[in-house]
Amino acid sequence: MTKKNPHEIAFHLISKDTLAHLSSEEKLAYILNEVKHGRILVLEAGLTPTEQTDLIQTTMREINHDSFIGIEIGGYEPEKTSFIHRMLGKPQRPRMTIIGPAHLLRLIKKDDTRIETAIIPTKGAG
Amino acid sequence: MMQRVFGKRHARIGIYGPPNVGKTTLANRILRDWTGDIMGSVSEIPHETRRAKCVTNVHINNGGSSLNMDLVDTPGIATKIDFHEFMDQYGLSKDDSRTRAKEATEGVIEAIKWLDDIDGVVLVMDATQDPFTQVNVTIIGNLEARNLPVLIAANKIDAENASPATLKAAFPQHPVIPISALTGYNTDGLYTTMIKEFGRKRKKPRSR
Repeated sequence: MTKKNPHEIAFHLISKDTLAHLSSEEKLAYILNEVKHGRILVLEAGLTPTEQTDLIQTTMREINHDSFIGIEIGGYEPEKTSFIHRMLGKPQRPRMTIIGPAHLLRLIKKDDTRIETAIIPTKGAG
Repeated sequence: MMQRVFGKRHARIGIYGPPNVGKTTLANRILRDWTGDIMGSVSEIPHETRRAKCVTNVHINNGGSSLNMDLVDTPGIATKIDFHEFMDQYGLSKDDSRTRAKEATEGVIEAIKWLDDIDGVVLVMDATQDPFTQVNVTIIGNLEARNLPVLIAANKIDAENASPATLKAAFPQHPVIPISALTGYNTDGLYTTMIKEFGRKRKKPRSR
């Protein structure tokens, strides 16, 4: 295992398959644990809106004002589903989403086609 | 009988949105217009409202149509809360800032919990700001998943750089009403749309 450089920011690109077998609770616990350890995650398949609100709630419970001030999150709109799927109550499929600790990651702008983020300098993560 | 046929005329309506978009200013405006009361204090410092407040039986009408509602003013929803912001940008003391930040985290949790108990939402957005924030998108997605009616109040229309057209383009699937909660501009239009949208009979919301 290589030694961590405190000035490096860790990006983890998480495949759809990695999270596919997890329940929503397990998924949120995994994400929050990674983010609290200073890692920025790029999820190939993001979270449903319900999972996102649950993540916000869980984040608020975990905020420690000296070490963890919350998260930054940005994702594309869910895929549009067909009329038939909506009639059958099938949920929209979430798309690529970036999530990181708010002291390291800042969302600058997002729209339908582009998500711009910035790394906040002088902070390290592993 | 008419209500059974044409739908619900009593609804619990939540005022939602990120911090500092004017939720409590709007709640105060609605209450002042229809009850003569106010909901709570407002401030330029974010997270002024840190507990949800509910006022029952607010009756609004527009000619022949009316709506009786319980109005819930909720704390601003955010993904991060840093007490340093209150100290550095607004000059609060360290103790006051930490207390405010702690209460604000509890307020966010409470606001989200209220989603289980409401029939419709007035989502307040700042018409001078970029509407594509994750909080806005997340709230709308969550309400759509619950099949709850959403009305977007494009607030601060009195500001020089306000652009309600940007909000309309961003969320074409929902009614967007340009208003100024501060001056009262177009609140009549808001009330008309609230009666129309929230008085309508809807399918029972799906479980989450």
